[in-house]
Amino acid sequence: MAFELPALPYAKNALEPYISEKTIEFHYGKHHQAYVNNLNNLIPGTEFENADLETIVKKSEGGIFNNGAQVWNHTFYFFQFSASPATEPSGALKSAIDDSFGSFDTFKEAFTKAAATLFGSGWAWLVKDNTGKLNIVQTGNAGCPLREGLTPLMTCDVWEHAYYLDKQNLRPKYIEDFWKVLDWKVVEERF
Amino acid sequence: MSFELPQLPYAYDALEPMIDARTMEIHHTKHHAAYTSNLNNAIQGTELEGKTIEELLASISKLPVAVRNNGGGFFNHNLYWEIMSPGGAPQPEGDLQKAINSSFGSYDNFKEAFTKAALTRFGSGWAWLVKQGDSLVVSSTPNQDNPLMDVAEVKGSPILGIDVWEHAYYLKYQNRRPEYVDAFWKVINWDEVAKRFKG
Repeated sequence: MAFELPALPYAKNALEPYISEKTIEFHYGKHHQAYVNNLNNLIPGTEFENADLETIVKKSEGGIFNNGAQVWNHTFYFFQFSASPATEPSGALKSAIDDSFGSFDTFKEAFTKAAATLFGSGWAWLVKDNTGKLNIVQTGNAGCPLREGLTPLMTCDVWEHAYYLDKQNLRPKYIEDFWKVLDWKVVEERF
Repeated sequence: MSFELPQLPYAYDALEPMIDARTMEIHHTKHHAAYTSNLNNAIQGTELEGKTIEELLASISKLPVAVRNNGGGFFNHNLYWEIMSPGGAPQPEGDLQKAINSSFGSYDNFKEAFTKAALTRFGSGWAWLVKQGDSLVVSSTPNQDNPLMDVAEVKGSPILGIDVWEHAYYLKYQNRRPEYVDAFWKVINWDEVAKRFKG
């Protein structure tokens, strides 16, 4: 069974001016697609040939892990954005964020710091553990919290390819704009 | 004494069209400058002040992660600017050429191994040609690590290095790292690499 690049739930220019159409074209059209292609090329003849993506993320190593996790991470990333996002959490998710971090503002500050300080390529995540508590974690390169038994709720890609065409070295500016297109409705559904 | 951002030995547009002026300028004035000032901030007022960059790198496993990341970034970019130039010799000559032939079999074999190291480094990092005594090896390191660090898998003296962080090539080449690596071969300053080989 070959994996496929999922269609985006919005137009490539829908996140302008925060994330440019050109960035989406490369990030989704080239990087995400390449991870899908590489994964499909790597798994035939291995124990992961017929595995689902989550199993690959949790159990594989090396090139299969790098590409499999990057497929999962990018799909998770792209599907949390919207041109008309809910800009703050509500309901049970809001309560959980308040319980875990004190307030939405405190959470936002801590998440921003995690995304800004991950050195090199990687991801910052909001995750839920098996007791229902929320946490912020960082992963390097293709790292994915599913591997640690955590439930990812949302993520910020801080590989330079996620923002370099739009913001160059100004990662903090990218994170500031990330908040403007993040759709908390999607995060609530995941929660 | 603090570390200083060096001037480039050529103009920002000198490596066009292989490496574009905008990439060079941002890479030098933003990325390299940030590593330099962050390194100074990390060591200021500590017992590390006054040590050479090589001394810091040699005992990096015992030092704060900010020194590893920014000290590596400071050193690596210093080397990167120097081992490139416009209009250099197309291939190594003399003793360096002999050492490459004896360590890799041929220049082409070396080029293939170094290119592979640069292309297969997943995420951010560097590929290196490393001097170990009289012989040479190719290696790669993640993020801003380098072969002078005591944490490096392959240790030695780096005499050639290519930056494969996306910031080194994304404005011109985007996802096409192989095109950037191909272009890099055309701007290597083999005289400088030979100088580093002599030590």
